[in-house]
Amino acid sequence: MEVKKFICIGCPKGCSLKIEHTEKTIHEISDYSCKIGLKYAKTEFTEPKRTITTTVKLKSGELPFVPVKTKEPVNKEKIFEVMNVISALEIESPISVGDVVVSNIAGTGVDLVCTRNIKKVS
Amino acid sequence: MKKSEYDLVIIGGGPAGLAAALEAKKNGVSKILICERAPHLGGILNQCIHNGFGLQYFKEELTGPEYASRFIEELENSDIDVKLGTMVMEIRDDKKVIAVNREEGMFQIGTKALILAMGCRERTRGAITIPGSRPSGIMTAGTAQSYVNLEGYLPGKEVAILGSGDIGLIMARRLTLEGVNVKGVVEVMPYSTGLIRNKVQCLDDFGIPLLLSHAIIEVHGKERLEGVTIAKVDEKLKPIEGTEQYVSCDTLLLSVGLIPENELSNNLGCEIDKVTRGPVVNEKRITNIPWVFACGNVLHVHDLVDNVTQEAEIAGKAAADFINHKMNKEEKDVIVTHDKNIGYVVPQHIDALNHQEQTIKFFLRVKNPDEEVRLIVKDNFNKTLLNLKKTIVEPGTMVTFNLSREFVTKDTSSIDISITKEQAQ
Ligand SMILES: Cc1cc2nc3c(=O)[nH]c(=O)nc-3n(C[C@H](O)[C@H](O)[C@H](O)COP(=O)(O)OP(=O)(O)OC[C@H]3O[C@@H](n4cnc5c(N)ncnc54)[C@H](O)[C@@H]3O)c2cc1C
Ligand code: SF4
Repeated sequence: MEVKKFICIGCPKGCSLKIEHTEKTIHEISDYSCKIGLKYAKTEFTEPKRTITTTVKLKSGELPFVPVKTKEPVNKEKIFEVMNVISALEIESPISVGDVVVSNIAGTGVDLVCTRNIKKVS
Repeated sequence: MKKSEYDLVIIGGGPAGLAAALEAKKNGVSKILICERAPHLGGILNQCIHNGFGLQYFKEELTGPEYASRFIEELENSDIDVKLGTMVMEIRDDKKVIAVNREEGMFQIGTKALILAMGCRERTRGAITIPGSRPSGIMTAGTAQSYVNLEGYLPGKEVAILGSGDIGLIMARRLTLEGVNVKGVVEVMPYSTGLIRNKVQCLDDFGIPLLLSHAIIEVHGKERLEGVTIAKVDEKLKPIEGTEQYVSCDTLLLSVGLIPENELSNNLGCEIDKVTRGPVVNEKRITNIPWVFACGNVLHVHDLVDNVTQEAEIAGKAAADFINHKMNKEEKDVIVTHDKNIGYVVPQHIDALNHQEQTIKFFLRVKNPDEEVRLIVKDNFNKTLLNLKKTIVEPGTMVTFNLSREFVTKDTSSIDISITKEQAQ
């Protein structure tokens, strides 16, 4: 049996998580303080995921850029592929928190959404 | 000069100012004004586009702008007045605030109470000393964050970061995502000063090295930065000869700490704590001036916005009680002291006769990292009021705890807080 350790990024506490496994089979997960940590340990072991936050160019808005995020964490290996799609985007204002900019971005199954309300300038 | 009258004026429209205003409104203050020098509400949160906000307060993970928008939307649906692009220049001791903006020029606002919520600014290179030339390309991590996230341009192609504070770590990831080559983070202390989750998700994820116990000993380049020389340091933080290494970079980000923005408070005569660099307050967040309250980063630097919001609600409620004459007439001051393992405690004193709240919320920072310690609170009779186990304490992570009001009686004259290794009885 092997042991793998992760630091949970679920909250500022940063618990150190322990996974006992044989190759790809998990036997036991320990040292987490809450269910977010338990879930994190599982996905971090099988398919690490991260939420991406960045900005998108905005046309005729009160501000030149709007902040966006992936609504759910996406596969870590897809991060730069997602960034490439985002850097080519330019969207119309006005825009509100939660508006979908791109659905299923780069085939991740996850939507890219806005995180700030920005008005249009006339 | 144009004049107007308010019940409550709040300086700063960041998370502290927003939450304080909303809480004062809920507690019955009619005329409230927020003065914000930036063109938008939200403060520093507007440039913090990463997630990690709101886990405590909203029980969900939000980005900075999303966290701010929840309060901004609530504020827009209230009758709280906001003046944007408005810089407060002076607070006078006759309860008059002098401010300036483009539309009205210089004007005067009379008020019954005032809340300081001006946030903080970043330490700059002058505050720490790096030998060498002064080429361009050296800036604070927060300035770079504002360039990238608000204005959409990159500060350089090859970046080194000095200081492992959270803003530096967040920027290491942000710039890497934008295709910038981030060479590494240099930290003089033997531990990272930012949150561990930020080291994991901002550095480790992208293979960016964190050089602990290292310092920048020279800066190279004439017009534009060309590189830095780094070296290992000993326990006394002195560079060790023979460990020098040259790192080429066109940009150096400084993430070496924040300082509360207290010029206005200072000029008004607020007593300032030498350690926090913010006003000295009691548990209602009242400064030494009875009509002036303070909350958020102007009071002490917070790492979590959730704590800022909670503290601002305390100040907003207290200001409302003051304005509505609900505060106890008499006060009895209890001094809060602490041992040498603790850097500071807020509030610095408490009022034993205040019966508005059931619990008193404390914030503290330790001086050095430690594990398996106990946080012990005693009164002047040496009676233990609280004894809490803490698995890990770090200077970069604020410790918070609540003390039940019943422990502070009219006979209490002081409260002492300590962090010790020993098992307490
Ligand atoms: C770069 C960075 C990253 C962070 N990351 C996280 C994180 O991941 N998670 C988390 O929970 N917290 C994080 N924080 C902490 C949190 O964002 C801050 O603690 C919080 O924003 C402080 O709120 P505030 O209202 O006190 O100050 P601020 O947000 O700084 O607001 C102060 C406001 O006052 C205004 N002002 C100042 N002086 C005047 C004047 N004279 N007249 C008028 N207006 C004035 C300023 O323009 C500003 O808008 C981060 C902080 C920074 C700086
Ligand atoms: S396990 Fe839970 S408490 Fe621990 S870091 Fe993860 S989310 Fe936070």
